[in-house]
Amino acid sequence: MSFELPKLPYALNALEPVISQKTLEFHYGKHHQAYVNNLNNLVPGTKFENASLETIIKEADGGIFNNGAQVWNHTFFFNSLAPDAGGEPSGTLADAIKKDFGSFAEFKEKFSKAAVTLFGSGWAWLVKNGEGKLEIVQEPNAGNPLRKGLTPVLTCDVWEHAYYLDYQNRRPDFVESFWKLVDWKTVGARF
Amino acid sequence: MAFELPKLQYAYDSLEPHIDSKTMEIHHTKHHAAYVNNLNNALAGTGNENKKLEDLMASISSLPAAVRNNGGGHYNHSLFWEIMKPNGGGNPTGDLADAINRYFGSYDKLKETLSNAGLTRFGSGWAWLVVKGSELVVTSTPNQDNPLMDVADVKGTPILGIDVWEHAYYLKYQNRRNEYLSAIWNVLNWEEISRRFKLAIH
Repeated sequence: MSFELPKLPYALNALEPVISQKTLEFHYGKHHQAYVNNLNNLVPGTKFENASLETIIKEADGGIFNNGAQVWNHTFFFNSLAPDAGGEPSGTLADAIKKDFGSFAEFKEKFSKAAVTLFGSGWAWLVKNGEGKLEIVQEPNAGNPLRKGLTPVLTCDVWEHAYYLDYQNRRPDFVESFWKLVDWKTVGARF
Repeated sequence: MAFELPKLQYAYDSLEPHIDSKTMEIHHTKHHAAYVNNLNNALAGTGNENKKLEDLMASISSLPAAVRNNGGGHYNHSLFWEIMKPNGGGNPTGDLADAINRYFGSYDKLKETLSNAGLTRFGSGWAWLVVKGSELVVTSTPNQDNPLMDVADVKGTPILGIDVWEHAYYLKYQNRRNEYLSAIWNVLNWEEISRRFKLAIH
């Protein structure tokens, strides 16, 4: 069975003006699709042929890891966003953020800093560790916290392709705007 | 003395259509300028302010990440601007052409090898043609690392570097890094690459 590009949960223009339709056409239609295609070309004849993406993330290396993790990361990223979203989390996630970071504002600042300062291509993550505590981690390139036994809750893609058409070198502006699209209902349910 | 952003020897629009004016302007005035500023900030008060960039690279493993990232960024971009020119391209000549034939078989084979190094560099980084002792080799490095750094897998003197960070090509080529890597050969400055080859070879 081959891997497939999951459907986007919204229209390509639905995240305007924070993320343009053009950016999503490339990001989802070209980059995400290419990772799916590359993975399908790489796994036949390997022990990962029928593996889940999670197994690939935990056990594979090289091109299979890079493409498999990028399929998972992009699906997770796109599913973290929604039109008319943003605001603040509620319920148990809001409580945990307050407990582990002091306040939502402090969490936001720390997560944004992780996203802005990651050098090169990669991802900023909010994760739950083995003790149920929330942490913020940076992962370069295709990195995914599952490999370290951490559970991803939210991510922000800071590969330049995620924002260059809309923000060019101004990654801090992209990260600031990203918060307007975070779908806390989905993120809270993951937590 | 603090490091300074070098001036380009050509106009931003003069590498069109291969590299567009907007990309050149942002790449030089924003990305490169930020590396220079951040490098100066990272070195301030450390006693390393007056060292040559090449000397910093040679002992980069003992320096902070900010020096590695921004010092590499400053060195790499400074080289990159110089090995390009308007109406460039064509074929290398003289000793460099001989060396390319000797180590790669032909100029076309070098193009293929170097383009492939750029295409397969996952994430951000650079593809390089490097003088290593008396040899010519192709390699690639992640992020703003380069072959002068003591942390590089292949160490030597870079004479040609191709930036494959997405910011180098995304406005014009988006996900088509392969098209950027085909186009860049049209703007290479072989006189400058030859000059660097002669200085490096021994």
